[in-house]
Amino acid sequence: MSELGTGAREGAVREVLVGPQGAVREVLVDVDRLRVRLAGSTVDVVDDVSFQVRAGELMGLVGESGSGKTTVALALLGHTRRGLEVAAGTVVVRGTEMVTATKQQLRQLRGAEVAYVPQDPASALNPVLKIGAQLFEVLRAHPDAVAAKGLGDPRARVAQTLDEAGLGGVPGLLKAYPHQLSGGQQQRVALAMAFALRPSVIVLDEPTTGLDVTTQRLVLDTVRSLCQAYGVAAVFVSHDLAVVGGLVNRLTVMYAGKVVENGPTALVFGAPAHPYTKKLLRAVPSPERSTTLEGIDGQPPHPTRRPRGCEFAPRCPLALPACTEGPVPVVHLPGEHLVRCLRTDLTARPEANRAAERSTQPRAPHDALLVASGLSARYGPIEVLSNVDLSVGRNECVAVVGESGSGKTTLARCLVGLHSSWSGEVRFGGGVLPRAAIRRSRRDLQAIQFIFQNPYTSLNPRTTIGGIVELPLLHFFPSLARSEREERVSRVLQDVALGPDFWARYPDQLSGGERQRVAIARALVVSPDLLVCDEITSSLDVSVQATIVELLRRLQAERHLSLLFITHNLALVRSIAQSVLVLSKGRVVESGPVARVFERPEDPYTVRLMEDVPKLPRGGFESGPGGEADDEPNGRLIAT
Amino acid sequence: MSTVTDIGPGSSKPTVRRRRAWVVILLRAASLPRGRFGLTVVGVAVVTAVIGPFVAPHSGTASIVAPFARPSSSAILGGDELGRDVLSRVLNGGWVLLAMATAAMALGVAIGSASGIAAAYLRGRWDTVIMRTVDVVLAFPQLVFALLLVSIVGPTVWLTVLAVGFSHAPQVARVMRSAALDVSERDFVKAVELLGVKRRKIMAKEILPNLISPLMVESGLRMTYSVVIIAGLSFLGFGQAPPAPNWGTMINENRIGLVLNPWAVIVPAALIALLTIGINTWTDAVARVAIGIDREAETATLLEMPAVGGEL
Repeated sequence: MSELGTGAREGAVREVLVGPQGAVREVLVDVDRLRVRLAGSTVDVVDDVSFQVRAGELMGLVGESGSGKTTVALALLGHTRRGLEVAAGTVVVRGTEMVTATKQQLRQLRGAEVAYVPQDPASALNPVLKIGAQLFEVLRAHPDAVAAKGLGDPRARVAQTLDEAGLGGVPGLLKAYPHQLSGGQQQRVALAMAFALRPSVIVLDEPTTGLDVTTQRLVLDTVRSLCQAYGVAAVFVSHDLAVVGGLVNRLTVMYAGKVVENGPTALVFGAPAHPYTKKLLRAVPSPERSTTLEGIDGQPPHPTRRPRGCEFAPRCPLALPACTEGPVPVVHLPGEHLVRCLRTDLTARPEANRAAERSTQPRAPHDALLVASGLSARYGPIEVLSNVDLSVGRNECVAVVGESGSGKTTLARCLVGLHSSWSGEVRFGGGVLPRAAIRRSRRDLQAIQFIFQNPYTSLNPRTTIGGIVELPLLHFFPSLARSEREERVSRVLQDVALGPDFWARYPDQLSGGERQRVAIARALVVSPDLLVCDEITSSLDVSVQATIVELLRRLQAERHLSLLFITHNLALVRSIAQSVLVLSKGRVVESGPVARVFERPEDPYTVRLMEDVPKLPRGGFESGPGGEADDEPNGRLIAT
Repeated sequence: MSTVTDIGPGSSKPTVRRRRAWVVILLRAASLPRGRFGLTVVGVAVVTAVIGPFVAPHSGTASIVAPFARPSSSAILGGDELGRDVLSRVLNGGWVLLAMATAAMALGVAIGSASGIAAAYLRGRWDTVIMRTVDVVLAFPQLVFALLLVSIVGPTVWLTVLAVGFSHAPQVARVMRSAALDVSERDFVKAVELLGVKRRKIMAKEILPNLISPLMVESGLRMTYSVVIIAGLSFLGFGQAPPAPNWGTMINENRIGLVLNPWAVIVPAALIALLTIGINTWTDAVARVAIGIDREAETATLLEMPAVGGEL
């Protein structure tokens, strides 16, 4: 499987470079000035979106949450989510106008000409139907397409499509139910279903979110080889620039419902011409170097309050008065590179387009604050952690990385006392920690604070921000005078860069990044010694993640905090942690200083992990002391 | 929540002081046609019951006309079985019924939500004990159960209220438990647990405020049943002692004279019907608003909610 994938990938790279100059390939997807709005209103969710995708081309559609990328992707199938409607523009898929197509036409086109691969195959596959039945159903629903494309006997075609999706050798697959397959297999079944009728267009909606890096790589290789082999035009929706970068030929960057930049991947990543793209690239952590991440100040405008001119102008350092006066035209740069910006004279200038490298100063050995030895944990009869040793020094950040199911979150929950069925010993600041939080001393509860993964569920929606942050103070220091308490709350809110006007707000009035900052403030207000962070940036956009990570780094230095940073994001580890612990199936497979583990991994599992982690293609103009990319011969091309 | 739409995340506008969630729900329900209809209908019955005693032309207990006398100028709605003024008895006979129903509803909702939330949050043995008790009680039809309690403790007003209140509790407990199960599992509850806050406080301050919608719908529903059951008990002779006027009792007392003076039965029966229909329609409006608020959150997700990413 992987040999096939790698070969196809190299082919893909060659084709990107040759393709545009070679014979003009057929345009299979043509979106023209598409505008989608909230039904019955004038609120545009997506406006003036135009792009084309040719046969055999993979186009990445990237943007942060709320940018409208999924809305555009669904429009390619002639679908709008409930509450939305197409207000203007056309979506032509292989000659058929999808916006005005009848239900009957759409039914014939979907699956046969344009197929969709959903984000979460576990919920897209019917749990009570066998895989075989679901695959045959696709063929049975389109007898005309099967005949027209000469796909022959359905049975043979199903075997063939499974083979193409890399599932050929799996015994008993057709008779299996979805829950009997792994996440990666489920996603490849979804791919097989999408490719079953040899569609000419395929829309992939974040198909690897939820998969671990190794499986992700397998799925991406499959997508690439299938698209190349059959000349399919693919639209790959993603928020992850590193994943997209290694896969697609063209990139379309969306911001606040508009396309801000569109061009060949090498140009968009190597010489981004829109300030938003440039800033976005600087927010992406690299697994190869420790970097200082830059967030983007401010937030994307709410669809009801988008500015008149350039949507990005309020956050743009280069904004001119003209940028806010009216719609900004699209500028054509050399090499089929389109940018919606008035300042391309400046943005085209060579400058750093990646997060700057930071020199990680070697630290003196720490005295240990938390030491876990021989920690084993179980959920019922299943052992999820076995014999884990872990040490967190004072003022040290230790990252715990692992794939889903590796037990990393369980480890965090054991340490803070949310999960109590574990054995082994955990010493904290000299004393032994009882297993459950309920048995721990007030001092220990105060000294170890936990930050949850999802800021959308970790704040009580019926409590004001002030009330949320105040509660731990009221609990641990009931004798504190009101004025002193308020003083401390406003100081900690200031520390996480939230103004005093947040006091009276409720969580649903805040963005995800703001909510996570409130959660951090709640943890910090009682001056803990150790902060346990469980995947705290995984539900946040990359630019917000950058802000949160830098905030934590600053707080760690200022307050001499120790951090235990649980994450699946290897690149992020490089930028935040000093030591790292790699978990696999509940066991520690490798641990040590970050630079050593990343550069010279010893365990075969870690070695494979490091190879599979998606890396942002190097930009043409690196900055910082580690500017070795300039020396790379193909620094401006897609380096895979 | 109406203010949320114009604040939205990320605006630097000063925050508008937000109305409490239950006030928002009530105001919005009142703006729906069915809500307005419900309120108006309830209003008629409630105004009759509350103002009635002050405007009644005669005493509710004095015999002033012949038994089952036809309406006349001295008794606009005629006389009842003992020749008392039907109008005066109707005007005097509502407020006790209303007060009893309200008290029984409040009692039932309080006991029911407390035990439902406790069962959901404490789980384990508490859950088993509370919910099996609920199952046993629910095996009896509610009116029969209330009758059983009343016949054990005797037909005084307060004991009737207690009996009806208790008979509501299991149904409320069921609904509140299922709503609280979801809330109890959310991270913000765990966050407070990690501070070592007492469980009682977590239930009252973290979980209960998130159950306002089911609580309001449940209150309306139990109010309807309270009126029906208390009126029914009065009809069956449990409730206020005989001379006192009561809409439920009046139907029973006067049904033998239905052909002579139908108003003595129709008017109290109609008022009870208005009360229950009104409350039910109003509750329906409240439930619709509660669902509508969830829908709004859905629209918000179309606009801006970030995708919650998993493992990459």
